[in-house]
Amino acid sequence: MAKANEIKYLTAIKAEKRPKKYCRFKKLGIRYIDYKDADFLKKFLNEQGKLLPRRITGNSLKYQRKVSDAVKKARQMAILPYVTDLLK
Amino acid sequence: MQQNNLNFAAQIKIIYSPAVAKRYKTREMQNYELMVIFTPVLSEEEYKAAQKKFTSFLTENGGQAVHENAWGLKSLAYPIQKKTTGLYWVLEYEAPSDFNEKLNVQLLRDESVLRHMFTALDKYAVVYNAKKRNGVASKTEKAEVANG
Repeated sequence: MAKANEIKYLTAIKAEKRPKKYCRFKKLGIRYIDYKDADFLKKFLNEQGKLLPRRITGNSLKYQRKVSDAVKKARQMAILPYVTDLLK
Repeated sequence: MQQNNLNFAAQIKIIYSPAVAKRYKTREMQNYELMVIFTPVLSEEEYKAAQKKFTSFLTENGGQAVHENAWGLKSLAYPIQKKTTGLYWVLEYEAPSDFNEKLNVQLLRDESVLRHMFTALDKYAVVYNAKKRNGVASKTEKAEVANG
C-alpha cells in the first residue's frame, strides 16, 4: 500500500487558488473619482500611461467608466501625461 | 441678476404647473468646479489679481464661490504653449447653468490662461470635496490596506 505522501499525480495540482478580483470602488463605497488625484489614478495606468483593462483591475463597468473619464480629464489638464515611458 | 432669476422662475410658473416650477427653481444653481492653468510668467500679484478677476466675475453673475484652492507652480506632464510649468488654480462654485458659457468667453480671451476646464459636480463629488477640505481621510490607500 502506498502511503499518502508517496502518491504521484500525472498532472501537477494547482498549489494555490488566486484570490478573486473585486471592484475596489464598490467594496470601499467610493462614489466619486477625483481627476485631481494623480497618485490614485496611476494605479489604473500601465507604465506607458495607458489605462489598464478591467480584467486586470477588477473594476465594475460603472466605475471603470468613471476612472477612464477622470484619467482623460487629468490628461487634458496636464496632471497625467498622454504618452510616456516609465510612469512609475 | 436676482431680478432676472425671479422673472425666470415666475415665467416657468405661468407656463407650467407649480410642481414643474419648483423643480426648475431647485435647478437654477448648479455645482461646478473650474480648473485653470495660468502661464508661469505671472508674478505673485498678477496671479492673485487674475484669480480675483474671475471670482468677482462669478459673484457679479449671481454665482457663489464655495472654495478656492491655488496650487501654485506645478510642473506640467507635457509642455503647453512651450511651457513646462504652470500656475494651477481650482475654484469650486455654485452658479446658474448659463453662467459657464459667459465665463468660458472670458477665459478664452485672457492671454494669461494656458488652459481651463469646467467640471459639473454631482452630489457625490460635492460631498467628496467637502470632506477633503475638512481633512477627513476619504478614499485612500490607507483605507484599502486596513481592509486587507
